[in-house]
Amino acid sequence: MSIGPPRIVFDKVSVRFDTPAGGQMHVVDDVSYHIHDREFVSVIGPSGCGKTTMMNIVAGFMQPTAGTVALDGQPISGPGPDRGVIFQEYGVFPWLSVRENIAFGLNLRANRTSPEEREEICQRYMRLMGLSDFADSWPRMLSGGMRQRLALARAYAVKPHFLLMDEPFGALDAQTRTAMQDLLLEVLAAEGKTVMLITHSVEEAVYLSNRIIVMTARPTRIREIIEVPFSYPRREGLHESKEFGELRAHVRGLVMQEYAQQAKQRQS
Amino acid sequence: MRRAALILAPWLALLAGWYGIHYSGLINPALVPTPHEVAKRFVELMRDRLPMDILMSTRRVFLGVLCGIALAVPVGFVLGWYKTIRTFIDPLINFFRALPPIALIPLVIVYFGVDELAKTVILFYASFFAGVIVMYEGISQISPIYVRVARTLGATDGEIFRKVIIPLAVPHMLTALRVALGVAWATLVASELIAAQQGLGALIQNAGSFFQLDIIYVGIICIGFIALLMDLGLRTLARRFVSWQERIA
Repeated sequence: MSIGPPRIVFDKVSVRFDTPAGGQMHVVDDVSYHIHDREFVSVIGPSGCGKTTMMNIVAGFMQPTAGTVALDGQPISGPGPDRGVIFQEYGVFPWLSVRENIAFGLNLRANRTSPEEREEICQRYMRLMGLSDFADSWPRMLSGGMRQRLALARAYAVKPHFLLMDEPFGALDAQTRTAMQDLLLEVLAAEGKTVMLITHSVEEAVYLSNRIIVMTARPTRIREIIEVPFSYPRREGLHESKEFGELRAHVRGLVMQEYAQQAKQRQS
Repeated sequence: MRRAALILAPWLALLAGWYGIHYSGLINPALVPTPHEVAKRFVELMRDRLPMDILMSTRRVFLGVLCGIALAVPVGFVLGWYKTIRTFIDPLINFFRALPPIALIPLVIVYFGVDELAKTVILFYASFFAGVIVMYEGISQISPIYVRVARTLGATDGEIFRKVIIPLAVPHMLTALRVALGVAWATLVASELIAAQQGLGALIQNAGSFFQLDIIYVGIICIGFIALLMDLGLRTLARRFVSWQERIA
């Protein structure tokens, strides 16, 4: 993955929420960073710090209270098929078969395709994600890992340039998780995309990303931006290397400090 | 074979219990007609007024439920989808739902007279409030994630309504219909108290005045079986339309 020009630009972004009690909660505080073309950026930080809020802004579900988030120079005004979102809870449509789930986006006016092309795209992603034998199954018959792959296939089918992933592998067991990470890297190598990954897992962030943005406890600021020096394609053996271990220890140290900070805030 | 036996067993047990009560002497046998007496009376009535009674009752239930659900689906949908509206309308719905339709009969007679319209109004009332609750509770439990996903794939508001919200609402519509049918049958006798000449409720009422217990039994059993058949039909329909669901309620 070679790195191109900046595509997503956070410029002095702050977010405040009105709380039900009538007060205000300061969630994101003056955050600025760039995500470059074809870059894989992980955002890591204590849970509840505001990571998902930042992703929701890029996805177009909400606006920052102050500052701007721009996509190719334009402020983001709403969701769109150029940004595929993978949610923590997958959101696979239970009333559609596997094939129909993948085809859902292709049947929308925004990205209408010919029936032949649609079928071809469905076949390709079912093959890629190992879902071909389940083309006509209901999602309820699939395992967690398969549902996650289906969500990925559905997002991929409309050819988004950006992938926004919120804890996509959080609910999976360790083995499935590793397999899904490798699959993701494989797919990304085949079709270059720009990725923003929200995660709790230091291991995952180091293994997958070009850069890791470590966020502080709430109101969240950037604690440190870490370049990950490993080249792609990455193989599982990387986990065992000395450099990987050192980087992981460094990131983990930062994240643990912020978790401790967040815990202290909760108590006070 | 085994399945058929298992399905039949509770019915046979019921019949056995019925005979048992009749012959046990615990209750005056004159007060409990035997199943075969009731069956004989059923055959007699089938040659007489019963087909018309069944037709009239079924028609009233059908019409009442149809109108009730036709209104309950959109109203339940709006209440389920827009939480702010629900906050204000909810107490009102619960107020009316708590009123037993029988209590409204005198008023219905005043406003709607004593003919078909009055009976349909009672059944409409009963099925609307039963259906609207099921519908809005179901809709309000729909997870917003599906709408979000559809939006990120590029869906417009219209596409979201047609391709996401409608499919998610269909199972709740079918459940609302089932519940409304059940309630409407239960209310049938009440609605036919309004000076009905025909109908299963009227049959039971008339038989009651003349102490014809076997006819009362025939009427009750007919109501039960017709409701059972309708429910079976609806369940078959549900299985076809919402086979994606984990479980058909």
